Amino acid sequence: MIEVDIETKLGAFALAAKFAAPASGVTALFGRSGTGKTSVVNALAGLITPARGRIAVRGETLFDSERRINLPPEKRRLGYIFQEGRLFPHYSVRGNLLYGAKRFDAAALNRIVALLGLGELLHRRPGDLSGGEKQRVAIGRAILAEPQLLLMDEPLAALDAARKEEILPFIAALRGALDIPVIYVSHAMEEVIRLADMLVLVDGGRIAATGTVEALTSRIDLRPLTGRFEAGAVIRTVLRGHDKAYGLSELAFPGGRLRVPHIDLPLGSKLRLRIHARDVVLAATAPQGLSIRNAFAGRVVEISPEDGPLVDLRLDIGTPAEPVMLWARVTQRALADLRLAVGSPVHALVKTVALERPSPGGERAFGETYEAG
Amino acid sequence: MLTLTPVESAALLLSLRVAFVGTVCSLPLALAVAWLLARRRFVGQQLLNGVVHLPLVLPPVVVGFALLVLFGRHGPVGGWLYDVFGLTFAFNWKGAALAAAAMGFPLMTRAMRLSLETVDRRLEAAARTLGASRSRVFWTITLPLMSPGILTGAILGFARSMGEFGATITFVSNIPGETQTLPLALYAFTQVPGGDPPAFRLCVIAVIVAMAALFASEVMARRLDRSVRGAS
Repeated sequence: MIEVDIETKLGAFALAAKFAAPASGVTALFGRSGTGKTSVVNALAGLITPARGRIAVRGETLFDSERRINLPPEKRRLGYIFQEGRLFPHYSVRGNLLYGAKRFDAAALNRIVALLGLGELLHRRPGDLSGGEKQRVAIGRAILAEPQLLLMDEPLAALDAARKEEILPFIAALRGALDIPVIYVSHAMEEVIRLADMLVLVDGGRIAATGTVEALTSRIDLRPLTGRFEAGAVIRTVLRGHDKAYGLSELAFPGGRLRVPHIDLPLGSKLRLRIHARDVVLAATAPQGLSIRNAFAGRVVEISPEDGPLVDLRLDIGTPAEPVMLWARVTQRALADLRLAVGSPVHALVKTVALERPSPGGERAFGETYEAG
Repeated sequence: MLTLTPVESAALLLSLRVAFVGTVCSLPLALAVAWLLARRRFVGQQLLNGVVHLPLVLPPVVVGFALLVLFGRHGPVGGWLYDVFGLTFAFNWKGAALAAAAMGFPLMTRAMRLSLETVDRRLEAAARTLGASRSRVFWTITLPLMSPGILTGAILGFARSMGEFGATITFVSNIPGETQTLPLALYAFTQVPGGDPPAFRLCVIAVIVAMAALFASEVMARRLDRSVRGAS
């Protein structure tokens, strides 16, 4: 477990953060700029000392104001990947990579160099690298110090969209290749959904909620924090079958199967899908004679109170034992015409799904969007 | 023209030795003071800052006289150094080096402090998170990154030492072969009839030495700067 319970004042800003996250997978600290995300990570790394509280990682107390424990940063074994890379300008890329290594391990170096595609860069200086290359070196440098936890503070924020796309697969590849838990700070929900398992919502120096990405993104009361624009649900599925004749693959979730264009992964692969609210069409009765094949029966669980012409509905298309939440965005007019209310049975038609993350360890590119057949 | 007279070569070699020893010996102390002034906050910091800068604003004769009082054989510091180490500064080249170091000290400290203030402390924090202790961070990050400032400070201190006159003549007098550095020799020539031509020769030597030092420092500074900026 990663346990954080700290209070401190930063100028006029009061930070009181308390959360626990599993010491595995990726936990995202998500919130707007200036809400205290970076301060939490700095406290974890020992770069700032909170006024009061306790921090423990995997049972080891790093900070405890009552017991007067405050390990210096170099004793905490936490890898920190900063927004601006912070490479040492007077070292080569190779020198940077090896700076934190306890001993020279050629095999480990080669593995990280291959994983992050740094082979061509080893003898260059940081001044000659692009922003994306710098960030890849920074990631490799942190990993080669053999940390027990990786802290990433908006590692993509300083990069343009193309560079982000260049780095994201590398970060995702780390999930599978290394068994290091990650705390990932971000204010971009797209990144969080692609990478994270757990979500810690930070708002105004406090923790608003902690839970799985699926659970928190489907809660209407948290929508002001998780964002409305890209409203959508995240669904975990398992690759269950291939339909060779039609070139389709079947992704199973509790309560149904989604058909998508062929995915070249072995059966049983775990895949996470994001279905945007705007890609879900609602029908009051079972649809017939439509080209959309992905239709699921469910019921309305929640209707978001909105002033505008559009309204978001949360649907449950799973089983009683394992609910699966889906969002649909319809007009107020449609809502009235279909006479939908909380509890109404409804059929959800899914137009498009985005494959957010292949199974951990998968090397393929992701973030692909599929027209659901 | 190129062959130096014994007096000239003695003065030149003495000047180089005095300036070199004075600069090298005071460099670690200047670095420590620059660190205190740039990185620490303590009571009396402004007083320390003032004392360090005094030689820059005081007449050099005052500095020389103060050294004479403090570091003379019977002075509070000089007496102790003599008793413990058998070290004496009065009227020898070591005293000239001490005078040169005192006069160059504010320039060295200032250059180092300014460069230390430009070192990105976020890089030091990054090094700590990679497991580096404070001292390793200092030797591998801080010191290399401020090396252009250390070089600048050393060159300034050296140049100031080469030209030192007032404090030296007050503290250790003008003894040929012992404390008569180049400026003092030049001064001696101007005080005797017919001394102008040899004085002029010393002037030319001083200019050549100064130009060589400037050229060398420029080359070194460029090389250092390139390595610190991180472009290959």
